[in-house]
Amino acid sequence: MLYRESGQYKTTYGADQAIFTIPQDRVFFALLMLVAFVGIPLVATNYVYTALLIPFLCLSLAALGLNILTGYCGQLSLGTGAFMGVGAVAAWNLATRVPDLNLVVIFILAGLVTAAVGMFFGLPSLRIKGFYLAVATLAAQFFLPWLFVKWGWLTNHAASGVITVPPLTLLGWSIDTPMEKYLFALGVVAILALGAKNMIRSNPGRQWMAIRDMDIAAEIIGIRPVVAKLTAFAVSSFYIGVAGALYLFVYLGSAEPDGFGINLSFQALFMIIIGGLGSILGSFLGAFFILLLPIFLTRVPPMLGFDLSTALVSHLEFMVFGALIVFFLIVEPHGLARLWQITKEKLRVWPFPY
Amino acid sequence: MSVADKKIGDVLLKVENISLSFGGVKALSDISFEIREHEVLAIIGPNGAGKSSMLNCINGFYHPQQGTITYRGEKRKQMKPHEAASHGIARTFQNIALFKGMSTLDNIMTGRLLKMKAGLIASAFYKGPAEREQIVHREFCERIIDFLEIQAIRKVPVGRLPYGLQKRVELARALAAEPTLLLLDEPMAGMNLEEKQDMCRFILDVNDEFGTTICLIEHDMGVVMDISDRVVVLDYGRKIGDGVPAEVKNNQAVIDAYLGVQH
Amino acid sequence: MAFFLEVLIGGLMAGVMYSLVALGFVLIFKASGVFNFAQGAMVLFAGLFFVGFTELGVPMWLALLLTVGVMVLLAGVIERLVLRHLVNQEGIILFMATIGVSFFLDGFGQLIWGSNVRQLDIGIPTDPIFLMDGEILIQSFDLWAALVAGTLLAALVVFQKTRTGRALRAVADDHQAAQSVGIPLNVIWIIVWAIAGLVALVAGVMWGSKLGVQPAIVSLALKALPVLILGGFTSIPGAILGGLIIGAGEKLAEVYIGPLFGGGIENWFAYVLALGFLLIRPQGLFGEKLIERV
Repeated sequence: MLYRESGQYKTTYGADQAIFTIPQDRVFFALLMLVAFVGIPLVATNYVYTALLIPFLCLSLAALGLNILTGYCGQLSLGTGAFMGVGAVAAWNLATRVPDLNLVVIFILAGLVTAAVGMFFGLPSLRIKGFYLAVATLAAQFFLPWLFVKWGWLTNHAASGVITVPPLTLLGWSIDTPMEKYLFALGVVAILALGAKNMIRSNPGRQWMAIRDMDIAAEIIGIRPVVAKLTAFAVSSFYIGVAGALYLFVYLGSAEPDGFGINLSFQALFMIIIGGLGSILGSFLGAFFILLLPIFLTRVPPMLGFDLSTALVSHLEFMVFGALIVFFLIVEPHGLARLWQITKEKLRVWPFPY
Repeated sequence: MSVADKKIGDVLLKVENISLSFGGVKALSDISFEIREHEVLAIIGPNGAGKSSMLNCINGFYHPQQGTITYRGEKRKQMKPHEAASHGIARTFQNIALFKGMSTLDNIMTGRLLKMKAGLIASAFYKGPAEREQIVHREFCERIIDFLEIQAIRKVPVGRLPYGLQKRVELARALAAEPTLLLLDEPMAGMNLEEKQDMCRFILDVNDEFGTTICLIEHDMGVVMDISDRVVVLDYGRKIGDGVPAEVKNNQAVIDAYLGVQH
Repeated sequence: MAFFLEVLIGGLMAGVMYSLVALGFVLIFKASGVFNFAQGAMVLFAGLFFVGFTELGVPMWLALLLTVGVMVLLAGVIERLVLRHLVNQEGIILFMATIGVSFFLDGFGQLIWGSNVRQLDIGIPTDPIFLMDGEILIQSFDLWAALVAGTLLAALVVFQKTRTGRALRAVADDHQAAQSVGIPLNVIWIIVWAIAGLVALVAGVMWGSKLGVQPAIVSLALKALPVLILGGFTSIPGAILGGLIIGAGEKLAEVYIGPLFGGGIENWFAYVLALGFLLIRPQGLFGEKLIERV
């Protein structure tokens, strides 16, 4: 009964165009942020940070980036893993080669480098669509990790090929405990998510969605497909690049650069399909779901008395992911985010269904 | 209002000797006609006469092999559709081409994009210039929404709307760009009588209040005779008639084309 | 010169294997407009079942028959559970659904048969053959593979001329129109997926005998994607020719250009070649150009 909007009137277009138009939603979101920034640090253990929350934040940012390109602009990409790699390698090079560079600047520059690379591999999208483009992005996915390994300069000729992140500091704050890393990642993700939401609800977002829904009509009403598609690639890759840099800096710590493989690409794609294509909330829900599922599969059967081998679990994981993808595409292409929205709509009129 | 009171101005767009073919198939051959400012011009003809192809040439979607199109006194090079749009040519489609995943309001705001400037960075910050711009243009779009009487469906995803309303939203989206020349491809196809009457009223009001020049394709002769100032008739990619409705109605070639003729 | 020829022939033969996978893609795409990402997983799936049956002591011919049965059943299940519910969806949604199918089959096949590399010997001779006074060496296995691919191709071409083949093409052109003249859409889809399953079986057996049946086949099969780009999504000869070009191209590139970059370019050369090709001729070598209408 609390979730009601009758009697709330909007008197300006500005108020009608706000992100949360219903006060209850604003309160809910504020509480959520409070929990994320204050509540969690009070209770979470290091295991929760490193196994769940930090990878969750990094991967949701990557999913968000992919969602901008695929969910909002309709351009399918299977190169997310490689683009995360570009961001990670760029950030690592900046951090080790340019001493005393501000961490925020490093992340922004890494994002920009990835945006440039993303735009380059997005060029074919001007002539081709759909799965043709998917194949073109596969070129990036296979070429870039090879480049990271073969071009010794990129890893500073590390004999093992492993790059290790130097200690992180931001304006005198040294980020080394899992909690600090979590807070840093949370800050980055929150700011970028807000930026994405703002772009989506104004001009760039409308351009992208117009191209996605009907590219010919979009061009005829004056949208330049070149601009719309390339900005989508740029923004998407920027987000994915920052996500990759975060992934390396606060989650992995050290990595072989060819570890940014096609599996990450598929993972990100699954996140947005399950979470919801064309939904910012969906990127987070999907990332959460995809991360939890394997943990669930390894932990729950033993509790019920089944002892599954690791191999078996990983095969089951494949099957469950595959089945879920098909299920969501058939039943609810807008994913978990849409289910959430339906729940809210039901709640609005509860307890009277009509 | 009678046709005579209207201020029909100079030639806005001039089509000269346009020929278009796909492979060996000739879609248009040697078509010439003019569209004058503030008039309502109807292009009619049997199915497959090349009417939609003609509109596609005008707004740059197809590029004719021969002939020239002069718009506002300027001879046009091979123009892309988005360039045509930025020169003030808007259009609607025979098969509705709305952005299905977006709401009515967002569709109309998208039609307004040409007039909006905020780029990526400003939009990402939103507060400030981008927000002000959104509000200013929202006001304009709301005027169109009022004008076309679609207030109630503002926030509804267009995919869920019935056919007649979708057509209206499409018109709204085209109007949002404040076009000089509005191309309407069968705006009344598949509508019932009442919906047709509404649509006729909107078209005439647009023409009257905004002074928009309108070029429309329509099959309903009653509608064509009622609302158009001039009619161009195409058949098999050729022009067989051009004049005021009464003239065209009595043109023997036109009658033959519609009723068939024994050879 | 002899070395060049040897590399070239080796590449062409590897290309035949890509063509075998690409053929399955083309068949399904032509008939249903579905870009079947799961074709590679189907190759592994068929290979696993075949090798699994033979390991259980089932005679070769019976194992083959059983696997054919499994692939037909699989086609039916995919139609029933996936395709039927996505009939009028956009291509990109169907494509993503087949990625889901691909993961499912990948997991399911290994769940049943395990993920070890399994040797498969179906009695194809593997002795080397020397040509030009022993200067060029080719594997007789590769020649057999080419022979099998050729036979398969001929069978498919003949099939296209049959009544069912015509119905397939009608469905490809327009689902609704085909249905309205009385072509049963569901049956056609099952048939085409079953045929693609058989093609996958042939590919799985050939690849399995060459490399052993192993999960890596799925990622190798991804190479069929650039083949399609080159050959065009709707052309059977295109799939064959594209496979040969990609196979020969990547081997030659690895041998002659690879050393300049420290090797390993075989992994991405095909994709980058396809990418370049897309920019010049998006419809592929034999694809049809579409006229867009509004």
